[in-house]
Amino acid sequence: MSTPVSAPLFEYLCRMGDNTLVLGHRISEWCGHAPVLEEDIALANTALDLIGQTTLWLDVAGEVEGAGRTADKLAFHRDVWDFRNLLLLEQPNGDFGQTMMRQFLFDAWHLSQLTALKGSSNEQIAAIAEKSSKEVTYHLERATDTVIGLGDGTEESHSRMQAALDLLWPYVGEMFLSDDVDAAMVDTGIAPDPATLRPAYDKLVGDVLTAATLTKPQDDFAHKGGKSGKRHSEHLGHMLTQMQWLQRAYPDATW
Amino acid sequence: MVVEKPSLETIWGWLDTVPDPEIPVISLTDLGIIRNVQWQGDTLEVTVTPTYSGCPATTIINLDIETALRGHGIEKLVLKRQLSPAWTSGWMTDAGRAKLEGYGIAPPQPAGGPERCPLCQSTQLEKISQFGSTPCKAQWRCTDCLEPFDYFKCI
Ligand SMILES: [Zn+2]
Repeated sequence: MSTPVSAPLFEYLCRMGDNTLVLGHRISEWCGHAPVLEEDIALANTALDLIGQTTLWLDVAGEVEGAGRTADKLAFHRDVWDFRNLLLLEQPNGDFGQTMMRQFLFDAWHLSQLTALKGSSNEQIAAIAEKSSKEVTYHLERATDTVIGLGDGTEESHSRMQAALDLLWPYVGEMFLSDDVDAAMVDTGIAPDPATLRPAYDKLVGDVLTAATLTKPQDDFAHKGGKSGKRHSEHLGHMLTQMQWLQRAYPDATW
Repeated sequence: MVVEKPSLETIWGWLDTVPDPEIPVISLTDLGIIRNVQWQGDTLEVTVTPTYSGCPATTIINLDIETALRGHGIEKLVLKRQLSPAWTSGWMTDAGRAKLEGYGIAPPQPAGGPERCPLCQSTQLEKISQFGSTPCKAQWRCTDCLEPFDYFKCI
């Protein structure tokens, strides 16, 4: 049996939707625990935006797949090996600084990706990108301010932000790897080649890190296996047991 | 039973009275999220665009539109979601902006921050947080009267 034409598109939509789902869930873990009330509210609002975007992406993924799966089905009834999110996003929150460093590294990529997708040949994708990019512009603005504020802050906050950057940098490279799914998206004018987004990303991130008095690690080694689904880190499974238990214990429960 | 189809003008008038579930001083039409109302044969089609993709009020808004129109005797009704063009706070009506300010929420400004304190009209303001009690609001403070207030974000 030949691969259906829609297969790479389904994969691609799952990548977009799983990125926002996994990060949205991760930052919602802060709800009620953030260092100050305003940050708690900001994290919950960002999570809300990301979960909303997830619904848009995974609904279209379900339509494209044509097997009757809704966004909820895809979110709650798939296992670790079916997830297509970047490894960066499933990493545990760590401290507030680490959470915001992860957010910044993702937001900078996310906004450039969405900006490119506004010109997608696929109308549904272009519409989701148009909607989401407005929200993500806010996310990036806040993450940038926080990274600069904490990096160029006290000795304690500076050293924590540097440690967060050193820890998370090896997960940045995966965002710019191109594979067969990406090639199929480029061929059909649906999405850009991820590698083409790298120079602008490096410039933006470099400028912010300089303003934050932080040092970008020299080594560009990149962990991979998240967006292809080949090898997730152990953290995703633990996260899914939390995120999915209700729908697994009581399938299709509604309220 | 509706014998004759109500005119679109009448229907817009009904929608003008449906309040936003989170900021009840403004209506859904003040907010600018109802993009179109049209008859398709004997079915009324209402097109709604979300303010924020994860806004929890979206489902309530659809339910409120449906309840209001059914209350006026509309039996065949379809609600359509439209993402593009994406909602912008620029679609809020002038009446809506005035009602927001009267309620204590500074209306959106293209400059990206509130024009004046909705309580004392001072222009000495500072931002507390880019996010607030709902996805559409940010928190600001007036440095004259010292009161914190919500600012309706400009997107
Ligand atoms: Zn004041």
